[in-house]
Amino acid sequence: MSEVQPETDARGIAEEARARVRFEEEVLELSDQVYRVARRLVSTREEAEDLVQETYARAFRSWRSYTPGTNLRAWLFRILTNLNIDRGRREQRSPATQPLEEGDYFLYNRLEADGGSEDEARVVERLSQDEIVQALAEVPHDFRDVIVLVDIGDFTYQDAAQILDIPIGTVMSRLHRGRRILKKELAEATVGDSG
Amino acid sequence: MVYMGSDPCAKCEEMLQPFLDRELSEDEYAIAEAHLDECGYCRKRYKFEETLRRYVRQAVVEEMPPELKQKLAALRTPL
Repeated sequence: MSEVQPETDARGIAEEARARVRFEEEVLELSDQVYRVARRLVSTREEAEDLVQETYARAFRSWRSYTPGTNLRAWLFRILTNLNIDRGRREQRSPATQPLEEGDYFLYNRLEADGGSEDEARVVERLSQDEIVQALAEVPHDFRDVIVLVDIGDFTYQDAAQILDIPIGTVMSRLHRGRRILKKELAEATVGDSG
Repeated sequence: MVYMGSDPCAKCEEMLQPFLDRELSEDEYAIAEAHLDECGYCRKRYKFEETLRRYVRQAVVEEMPPELKQKLAALRTPL
């Protein structure tokens, strides 16, 4: 028995090493997606790069806490969003200063009123890339996190709820409200406040 | 069954996001689609929203710098 033990141990160690390599490879394959989401959770490219590196350092360190066969993307993005909160990047606006959102037709109505009737694709093209990036950055964190996970990260509501540790109903209400706030910000950036 | 009520365009506006997120029930879809078939005002705004979502996504997606990918690979456990 005692002669078999070292061999079993060696096999166990080798298996664990293989599992770890596989895990690290799978996690690295997700890095483009992680960066895209991280980039819009924080303000600058440097912050995004730091956040992604911290996420990977922690993921590699805590790989044993991942249960094989479960949702690796959600597991990894949960580390990302938790680190983002821990790093104090969430200067929450008080409710009083959160922009009031309008209805869902608001942006189209404003653009149409401003520039006459055109086809829908043309109307959209009047928004510049910088204006869109800036408008998204203006959306308060709680709302923006959900928009970024669902609309950029392609997560389901269920996954977003798991990642952010909030009920799915909250994901839906933040998403809907956040998109309305985004449209209001876009309207202000594009046609001004008074139009 | 969902009824559009006295202001069908307002109801249709409320259904815009769940419609595009495919969150509506079959009944709700049927009602929204029936309204969209006959209402150019709402149809334009639905098309705009669809295009806007694609456009926003393209605008805000920034690709990862290649150096960062190398830095991440370097964080792996040494064999």
